[in-house]
Amino acid sequence: MLATRALRLLGKRAISTSVCLRGGHGVAKIEAYTLPAYFDRRENPLPDICYVQDLSAEQVSLKEKEQGSWAALSNEEKVALYRISFKQSFAEMGEATAEWKTVIGGVLFVVGITGLIVLWQRKYVYGPVPHTFDPEWKAKELQRMLDMRMNPVEGLAAKWDSENKQWKK
Amino acid sequence: MSLQKPLMRGLLAKRLRFHVPIAFALSMLAAVGWKYGVTEPRKQAYADFYKHYDATKEFTSMREAGVFESVRPTGE
Repeated sequence: MLATRALRLLGKRAISTSVCLRGGHGVAKIEAYTLPAYFDRRENPLPDICYVQDLSAEQVSLKEKEQGSWAALSNEEKVALYRISFKQSFAEMGEATAEWKTVIGGVLFVVGITGLIVLWQRKYVYGPVPHTFDPEWKAKELQRMLDMRMNPVEGLAAKWDSENKQWKK
Repeated sequence: MSLQKPLMRGLLAKRLRFHVPIAFALSMLAAVGWKYGVTEPRKQAYADFYKHYDATKEFTSMREAGVFESVRPTGE
């Protein structure tokens, strides 16, 4: 059972200070991934914890000042308090990154490797193609298609001039 | 600092008011383009094909080529 303390001031990692007892055998190690995490997301505007967990002395005194009237804070102090709680503003979150270059480069690289593998396969793995791919056979196939008037309106046989036995100009 | 308060409401309506007329116009353009670029020429091609179509002549030439199984070419 977890002995949790009430979350203070926009949620510090209070759970890390609690202790998990396992039936008298000892204390279970709290894994970092089980604790609340900070992330910048548009759809989750207020993350579970503050960005800066370990405050410097200056930041501690600023937090004390925050307890008083906010009108007494200067603009720089307000921004400093914001930056303690959050990593990126919404505007910064939405900025374009250069990640697409890495993505495109990676994709092209992998496609290239795949191409090499395919070429090797063609040479060393596949057997010969069936005899129906011979040029003579293909010519006979085409002649049969024209004889039976395949797609005579808009397609193959439409382009064949049957009187002169040649393709229409 | 004192930023202006950002727009809080009506965001979807604003987006729709801009994008829906464009989408409608492009769809209509696509439909009209398809009709007069594809379907009308196709109908004309079929009409032209069947205007001077001699079924018997076509059948005879196909028969002589030997593509049928029910009738063999004349002479066999």
